[in-house]
Amino acid sequence: MSTKKMSSAIGDLDSSGIESTIEAVYVYEAPVRLWHWVNAGAITVLALTGYFIGSPLPSMSGEASDFYVMGYIRFFHFVAAYVFAIGMIGRIYWAFVGNGHAKQLFVPPLLKKSWWREVWHEARWYAFLEKEPNKYVGHNPLASLFMFLMFVVGSIFMIFTGFALYAEGQGTDSWWYDAFAGWLIPLFGQSQDVHTWHHLGMWFILTFVIIHIYAAIREDVMSRQSLVSTMISGWRTWKDDRR
Amino acid sequence: MSNTELAQSVDSKSPIESFYDVMRRQGISRRSFIKYCSLTATALGLGPAFVGKIAYAMENKPRIPVLWLHGLECTCCSESFIRSAHPLAKDVILSMISLDYDDTIMAAAGQQAEAIIDETIEKYDGNFILAVEGNTPLNQDGMSCIIAGKPFHHQIERVAKHCKAIISWGSCASWGCVQAARPNPTQATPTHKLITDKPIIKVPGCPPIAEVMTGVITYMVTFDKMPTLDRQGRPKMFYSQRIHDKCYRRPHFDAGQFVEEFDDENAKKGYCLYKVGCKGPTTYNACSTIRWNEGTSFPIQAGHGCIGCSEDGFWDKGSFYDRLTDVHGFGVEADADEIGLAVAGATGVAIAVHAAASALKSAKNNHDNNIGE
Repeated sequence: MSTKKMSSAIGDLDSSGIESTIEAVYVYEAPVRLWHWVNAGAITVLALTGYFIGSPLPSMSGEASDFYVMGYIRFFHFVAAYVFAIGMIGRIYWAFVGNGHAKQLFVPPLLKKSWWREVWHEARWYAFLEKEPNKYVGHNPLASLFMFLMFVVGSIFMIFTGFALYAEGQGTDSWWYDAFAGWLIPLFGQSQDVHTWHHLGMWFILTFVIIHIYAAIREDVMSRQSLVSTMISGWRTWKDDRR
Repeated sequence: MSNTELAQSVDSKSPIESFYDVMRRQGISRRSFIKYCSLTATALGLGPAFVGKIAYAMENKPRIPVLWLHGLECTCCSESFIRSAHPLAKDVILSMISLDYDDTIMAAAGQQAEAIIDETIEKYDGNFILAVEGNTPLNQDGMSCIIAGKPFHHQIERVAKHCKAIISWGSCASWGCVQAARPNPTQATPTHKLITDKPIIKVPGCPPIAEVMTGVITYMVTFDKMPTLDRQGRPKMFYSQRIHDKCYRRPHFDAGQFVEEFDDENAKKGYCLYKVGCKGPTTYNACSTIRWNEGTSFPIQAGHGCIGCSEDGFWDKGSFYDRLTDVHGFGVEADADEIGLAVAGATGVAIAVHAAASALKSAKNNHDNNIGE
């Protein structure tokens, strides 16, 4: 990466915009990378503690005053939830002030026909029907669609249902209740329905994580661009200089 | 004094008697009356300054006429109501409200009873309270519930048109309850879906707690207004907390001490019933504070989890011992964890296959490239 230079194509997410001579593009700015890894930690804590809230560990014996097991599990769930939610707000803010790639996560061009053709092309690549994937500075179109549908939609769903459940503990007079629970719980039916959907949401996010990690590693190995290292250094590099 | 006599006495004295008049007539002294006012103020959590206001209200406000209609129901709400200890149901019926019509507990019957409805509508048009126990079946032209020879929905729609406000007693009138459970063959309909132009107070529960029922009435006659309601129409003073929030076993929950099975050692020790399916964390009601039968006990205290009877559609949320609802529509019933594990597992297997195929393809490409070179 001796000849790093900022690409004129930054912000242009089509494969055609990449000049073959460019060796590296700065894609993920520091706040995005920091957010990514903090988020990964938060989701891990949330899934683990969340699972144990739903299916608690074997019962403790002894005096109740000696233990605070569920209390701590719930506490860490709530702390991680705040990290996750505030991180999401920060990430949305960065979509406005960061570089062009920072927006990609939130606004897949769902109405663009050529983009859907590229989604199809990438799908065929994953199905071993294309010899070679296209090159992309940011997410490839299929990844972009997947990130939006599973991660963005899933996360927002979890944040709203999660804070609705948190609001129940805070009480009906709390602002959390007015902001999240008061309208959301009747929308789902009752509290138990929100619990059920929040629980299903955990598995949804977990499925996302599995596919995300697999696809990132596989792409890192098999595609024509760097993946995992890009989320660490921020720079996208290419393995060949063809278009 | 029967209800008919009561109705007649109201009839003969115009304007309507105040609460105070009725109490004096029943031989209650002024001194006892003031005591009653201070007790009521305490019960409602009000300061001593309110004693005078309550006394004034009782002396000057006319008693509210109440028509208590019974639709498709099991009468458990009435059974609960008549067991109220603070205040006694007797006091509510005889001194606080003028319960003009309640076919289950009134002395009059037949046409004599039905005539009271006409009379009340005529005399207190727009000024009486309609209390509904049970709900209204609409299928088969409402034939599943016949009152005085006519479908119940004729009666409720007519009375509702003239009332000031409606109290929906119990889960039936509030949400639908068992008769509205899937597939709801009679199309049993809760009050708020039938009557949309009147203020409605929901007092859910199967049945609601006696003191909650009488408490709502006490509040309304004392302050001459509706209690503060939440977004779903339940009085906040009784339904703003979950069973779990004020459960006396909550310390065991926080400590992580659970009953694993109903007959284990932990059950004897009174640990938290969360793992055996207690719905306390998802149920808004006052059982864990007010309790039942003069504050004697409530289900969790008796060693059984809450079944969530005051929640919307509690018959349709799966087993009484599941805190999450089984998801239908997958061919088989499955809970959230089964579905999640299946999806995550299938994803894992698919990824393993895909990774193997990818590796093969990589190897082949390398091989081809090597040959090509």
